[in-house]
Amino acid sequence: MVRPLDFDSTRLPSPHTGESHEAWRRTVRAFVDREIAPYVNEWDERGEFPRALHRKAAEIGLIGLGYPEDYGGTSDGVDVFHSLIASEELARAGAGGLIAGLMTHGIGLPPILALGPEALKRRIAPPVLAGEKLIALCVTEPSGGSDVARLKTRAVRRGDVYIVNGEKTYITTGMRADYLTVAVRTGGDGAGGLSFLLIEADRKGVSRAPLPKMGWWMSDTASIRFDDVEVPAENLIGAENQGFAGIVANFNMERLSMAAQAIAFARVCLADAADWALARETFGKPLAKHQVIRHKLAEMLRSVLAAQAFLDHCAWRVKNGVTPVAALALLKTQASRTMEFCAREAMQILGGAGFIRGCRVERIYREVRVMAIGGGSEEIMLDLAARQSGL
Amino acid sequence: MKLLVPVKRVIDYNVKVRVKSDQSGVDLANVKMSMNPFDEIAVEEAVRMKEAGTAQEIVVVSIGPEKAQDQIRQALAMGADRGLLVKTEAETEPLGVATLLKAIVEEEKPDLVIMGKQAIDDDCNQTGQMLAALLGWPQGTFASKIEKKDGEIHVTREIDGGLQTVSLKLPAVVTTDLRLNEPRYASLPNIMKAKKKPLDVKDPSDYGVDLKPRLEVLKVTEPPKREGGVKVETVAELVDKLKNEAGVL
Repeated sequence: MVRPLDFDSTRLPSPHTGESHEAWRRTVRAFVDREIAPYVNEWDERGEFPRALHRKAAEIGLIGLGYPEDYGGTSDGVDVFHSLIASEELARAGAGGLIAGLMTHGIGLPPILALGPEALKRRIAPPVLAGEKLIALCVTEPSGGSDVARLKTRAVRRGDVYIVNGEKTYITTGMRADYLTVAVRTGGDGAGGLSFLLIEADRKGVSRAPLPKMGWWMSDTASIRFDDVEVPAENLIGAENQGFAGIVANFNMERLSMAAQAIAFARVCLADAADWALARETFGKPLAKHQVIRHKLAEMLRSVLAAQAFLDHCAWRVKNGVTPVAALALLKTQASRTMEFCAREAMQILGGAGFIRGCRVERIYREVRVMAIGGGSEEIMLDLAARQSGL
Repeated sequence: MKLLVPVKRVIDYNVKVRVKSDQSGVDLANVKMSMNPFDEIAVEEAVRMKEAGTAQEIVVVSIGPEKAQDQIRQALAMGADRGLLVKTEAETEPLGVATLLKAIVEEEKPDLVIMGKQAIDDDCNQTGQMLAALLGWPQGTFASKIEKKDGEIHVTREIDGGLQTVSLKLPAVVTTDLRLNEPRYASLPNIMKAKKKPLDVKDPSDYGVDLKPRLEVLKVTEPPKREGGVKVETVAELVDKLKNEAGVL
């Protein structure tokens, strides 16, 4: 049975999903088709998307997905596959900046829910999960990102407040965020001296500047300075000097979700390249009938299916309560390389048409690097896996 | 009011339909299936009536394969209260479906049946009309607006000449057109809640109805490929072509 290459046919049937997953896929797909896909080119060129989209996404349950019901989330009956389906279907619009901007709370909120005092959770989580307030995670600094244990931004306790000084950079949604979840040094050197502090973005002494980027145009990225910012001590997330575990715990879910996105972007590239290869005629026949092109498509499919199987397997382990750190690090690398390969090959197949702005492949090509660097660079991922393997 | 909303599982509107090589029908293997879009509009309208307080209960019924439960669950996630699947693998036809729906109506006793004006697979546009006739109920087809006033239902219909409003005594059958409303998304929390709503599964024989097809399919073919148009230089040439090639003058 011949099945043409499209976004759905390039996905392996999953043994891990059931009726509620497919129903959820239908909802997110309809939401993307109606509220997102028609506008992504315009939003990307404009460098922003409407803030109202956060509330609309909250209404369908996208923002609250996987978060506790007590704070306005949906967790009953929800597993990791529901969130991977959301990542995948959002990626179908072919605009990574949309996901980065719309789902920033996925990295900003978990430290509060994992470590924070109840009063702070009650104050911050419900408006964020309703799509009314935006929250960003601030870890990376101008002096370094991957080496989290050496962060320099300092918070000094003075009576009932902390005084914060320092600078953060490459902060996704940093310009628009109402709340900042900031990793600060409260103790001595190394991982044991780090804490998380919730800093309202409108506090005196917080200044921000936008950073223009290679891709992800519709999502803002900021450099943020803290000059003698006074923060009430009740904004401390968890115990003092216990922040490092919170930073690291967040990484595994982020890697899984980024892998799902990267593989979905690869599927978009494959589907669009296949469409073009069947329609475009050269030397008297469709591109797809030239061996040099059809083999490119077959190679893309091969890499997509392998990455997909790896993703489903890792997600299944996570669903069963296991955190396979090394496998997740390698999965993220596998996924970004699959995306890179497919974006490259799709651009070659599209030729001049792919070089013109306004098509999904062109945008995805510009977003390859952020997927291979952000959320743990390929180099850091490989080294982590090596260490986990006793090397 | 109690509402009955029949929904059909059909090939998704985004799918490029392919004809089977033996011309016996269209290829359904590995094809994405969805709720008929006009039925989705009917479900939405029913849920809005319930939210407005004019309806108290919404029962969703589908006649089709086991997997049609997915479409019923979707309707439950949109806000319907209870589902009923009458399971059949047979190719469903308007008269068979209308006969079975009549039996279901007699059992459920709804005040109003709201359903899509047609299903996008066979585009028959017959089931609602046949059901109304079999029941001897008034019908309001192609609804673009539905209002309940003084115990009657006022249906604004989209007809060739514009809009027509008919008032129907209850119980009645209404079929929905495209512009009636824009269906909501089934939200994640509601998808989860829908899992717990009751869904009965029955057999056509439970209602004493035989769904055996009455129509014989001779063959199914692709529509003829559209050919490019031609530009004519003069009016005389146009008249000549209309007269001698198209044969319409």
